[in-house]
Amino acid sequence: MKTLLDEVIARPHIGTIDYEPKDFKPDVDVRWCAGCGGYSILSPVQRIMPELGIPKEKIAFISGIGCSGRFPYYMDVYGFHGIHGRAIAIASGLKIGRPDLSVWVATGDGDNMSIGGNHFIHGCRRNVNINVIMFNNEVYSLTKGQYSPLSHKGQITKSSPLGSLDEPFNPAALALGSGATFVARGIDKDRQHLQSLFERAAAHTGFSFIEVYTNCNIFNDGAFDSFTKKDVREDKTVMLEHGKPLIFGKERDKGIKLDGFKPTVVSLTDGTHSVDDLLVHDEKDSTLAFVLGNMTYNPEVPRPMGIFQSLDRPSYDDSVLAQIEHEIETKGAGNVEELMKGKESWVVE
Amino acid sequence: MKKEIVYLDEITVRFAGDSGDGMQLAGKQFSDASASSGVDVNTFPDFPSEIRAPEGTLYGVSAFQIKLGSNSVNTHGDEIDVLVAMNASSLKVNIDNLKKGGIIIANISGFDSRNLKLAKYTSNPLEDGSLKKYELSILDIDAIVKEELKGSGIPPKIVKKTKNLFALGITYWLFNRPMEPTVKWLNSKFKNNADVLEANIRALNAGWNFALKNDTFKKQYDLQPAVFEKGTYRNISGNHAVALGLVVASKRANLPLFLGSYPITPATDILQYISAYKKYGIRHLQAEDEIAGITSAIGASYGGNLAATTTSGPGLSLKIEAIGLAIMTELPLVIVDVMRAGPSTGLPTKPEQSDLYQAMYGRHGDAPLPVLAAASAADCFGMTVEAARIALKYMTPVILLTDGYIAQGTEPWRIPELDELPNLEPKFADNAETFAPYSRDPETLARMWAVPGMQGMEHRIGGLEKQNITGAVSHDPENHQNMVEIRQSKVDGIANDIPTLEIMGDADADILVIGWGSSYGAIKSAVDEKAKEGVKVAYVHLKHLNPFPSNLGNIIDKYGTILVPEMNMGQLKFILQSKFLKPILGLNKVQGQPFKTSDIKTKIDAILSSKEVAL
Repeated sequence: MKTLLDEVIARPHIGTIDYEPKDFKPDVDVRWCAGCGGYSILSPVQRIMPELGIPKEKIAFISGIGCSGRFPYYMDVYGFHGIHGRAIAIASGLKIGRPDLSVWVATGDGDNMSIGGNHFIHGCRRNVNINVIMFNNEVYSLTKGQYSPLSHKGQITKSSPLGSLDEPFNPAALALGSGATFVARGIDKDRQHLQSLFERAAAHTGFSFIEVYTNCNIFNDGAFDSFTKKDVREDKTVMLEHGKPLIFGKERDKGIKLDGFKPTVVSLTDGTHSVDDLLVHDEKDSTLAFVLGNMTYNPEVPRPMGIFQSLDRPSYDDSVLAQIEHEIETKGAGNVEELMKGKESWVVE
Repeated sequence: MKKEIVYLDEITVRFAGDSGDGMQLAGKQFSDASASSGVDVNTFPDFPSEIRAPEGTLYGVSAFQIKLGSNSVNTHGDEIDVLVAMNASSLKVNIDNLKKGGIIIANISGFDSRNLKLAKYTSNPLEDGSLKKYELSILDIDAIVKEELKGSGIPPKIVKKTKNLFALGITYWLFNRPMEPTVKWLNSKFKNNADVLEANIRALNAGWNFALKNDTFKKQYDLQPAVFEKGTYRNISGNHAVALGLVVASKRANLPLFLGSYPITPATDILQYISAYKKYGIRHLQAEDEIAGITSAIGASYGGNLAATTTSGPGLSLKIEAIGLAIMTELPLVIVDVMRAGPSTGLPTKPEQSDLYQAMYGRHGDAPLPVLAAASAADCFGMTVEAARIALKYMTPVILLTDGYIAQGTEPWRIPELDELPNLEPKFADNAETFAPYSRDPETLARMWAVPGMQGMEHRIGGLEKQNITGAVSHDPENHQNMVEIRQSKVDGIANDIPTLEIMGDADADILVIGWGSSYGAIKSAVDEKAKEGVKVAYVHLKHLNPFPSNLGNIIDKYGTILVPEMNMGQLKFILQSKFLKPILGLNKVQGQPFKTSDIKTKIDAILSSKEVAL
């Protein structure tokens, strides 16, 4: 039973799909502020698009409201600018209805952690095969500077002139606790690393969540400087690499060791510890992922960046199709006339 | 024993008991079996919002009312002819609607001192003579089924639960209805539970035999089959009809169906039906909330599916912002709102025509969309297909209003052949060279539908105002004015594509009644009965509420006195008054109960005798 939509899906692409990143730049001006961290997300996203190996008409970007919400306008693919907080729900419906598409969500810390928080946690557990990039600037920017659910306690903003009283969410831990299969974090200052995260997210089957520390130079400039500025970054962050020990520091002279479930910093040069003592990252270990996720706001350890977890689990959209196929295999394709008639009809002559 | 057989034209039966007594099941079986035996039926399940309210309480009474007739049956019946009362509370809350001389079948084990106290009776009504104007049949159903199943080895807990089947067996004998459909249903329902199956079938037969052999029931009643148009029929509820309508609409449109919904009384059945239709290729998402229900559907619609969401009043409120998005992006979407009594949580299981304002006006900005309302349970099918037709043809969200009365009530439905239904022809964009996201069909003003996967038509849409034709984000003042006007014209233009109204009753009347939605049955019956009394009443029933049928204004102009009965405080009345600048009388019932035929008749009489004047 082929529908009109099946016919659209089956249409062959005419011409090459040997794209350049510039093929994904539409003829519009990007209207983010000069110096916005968003540019550092847009460019690696455009750069990995050719690598998807699919026609650009098979790619869709969905967004909510906020500075991140403008993202779809800056991608020359199919795009849908939704309403505040609902991008994941819109994208889920699109992907379930159109499993042939590569579906991406651009969202922000207000859009995704506050008004859209419910869709986020349910998106995580449901595991629809979509890629969610969250621009985290720890502030509401498009409404001009109020504190967000990721603002730190005490943060001075226009709506918290005496300091925010709220504890922030820990997005990585929230995603892990909600059952997300792919959880990663990067920073706008490291575009190359971001590109590798986006590539991995695209390749992951299931819900991929990438938090990106994104500087808002207008309303929260330097929010991440304490651990991302060039002179401190290597001492204040640790890169997570699958199968490798957690080593960090300008001189690669420090490491993370597990003391029970407690990650602690040890020196690799004072003779007390060697590389063999260190925690080795394993993306498939969800218990470890929780430990790493909880390092986020711990001042005694560097902030982990990279892929916290990447688990193999069937995606929701695949499961929907599998259920339909199983029903059709075991019961035969449904006949609508018989469905209308039901089991207890009668005939009036 | 020789029993008298009495032939009747119509009869109304009400099964009433505790919410755990299985009254809904008994009622549904009785109506299905009756319908399949050729009489017309109309039903009304009436139950509390608690799942198992404390036993024996007044607020825990669950009832199911069925009207059977040899002529057309439009309502579930104003007054009850036969009341099955499983306990004291169920007698207490229903006795006022029992006709003088009506039959009470009372289960005496539900009238012990505890039950009487819970029902707030100071003396036992079965014994104190207070029921002498009725025909009272007292039996101990608990004891009879216990005796019947003695030695069967079936656990007492199961035996106790067969009371409803015993009562059903009695009514099958009493009204000479066939038991086979129920036996067949039990066999399929309990095929994996031999004890429950046996207990229920024996209780059902025991009920029939008790009525036949015992002199408690001296008369048997029978009805001639009603005259139906030729065809294949089934008994159907409005919710079931909506579910089938969605499936059939997707078949007619040759598009896959996607349903995004969140459970809410009284709309949940639709989600449940659809979720079982996997072999028809249907995808559904039980969303995390009402908003995800509609926004996932919008996403699926953006992807080229026939998308729908189902809800009730509080859920519609939550979906309102997203409906604005669907209006702005001009995507097809079917929104089914099964109305219930509000505001807020209101009376979740009780019907009300509560959401007309919300459907028409409940959005920020000028955000018109087509609004439809189904007139009866069976009508829900055709109106769902109509909602999908308009949504796809005009690229717009459409709200279909039904309510708890017709959603859960049933009536016979003539099953149409597929080719009797309208062709639903979604118009996908076909030319990448000329494509623009907001270029429009000059006739319908529908924008082009280009879905992901169409090469060369990649575009961005969303909630921001767009430039006409190109779809680029635009804050231009003239463009916004133009787009607001285009969206309005598009919806207004649908008036030319819907049936004009036909006047029912007597067009040459002094009074015009205008109805909408589920009150059709009560108004139609009232108008017909007034006609029999020689009173001229004209009646039009609106199924399209936005836009209105094109001849509504002309019809309204012709009548000096206009009455709009509504299960709200006058929502349609005020809309009509503001649109047609004509004074209109209202009959407004907000009791969580549908209109009775007599409500309408009494109002018509009052207007005609007093020359009541509209304010």
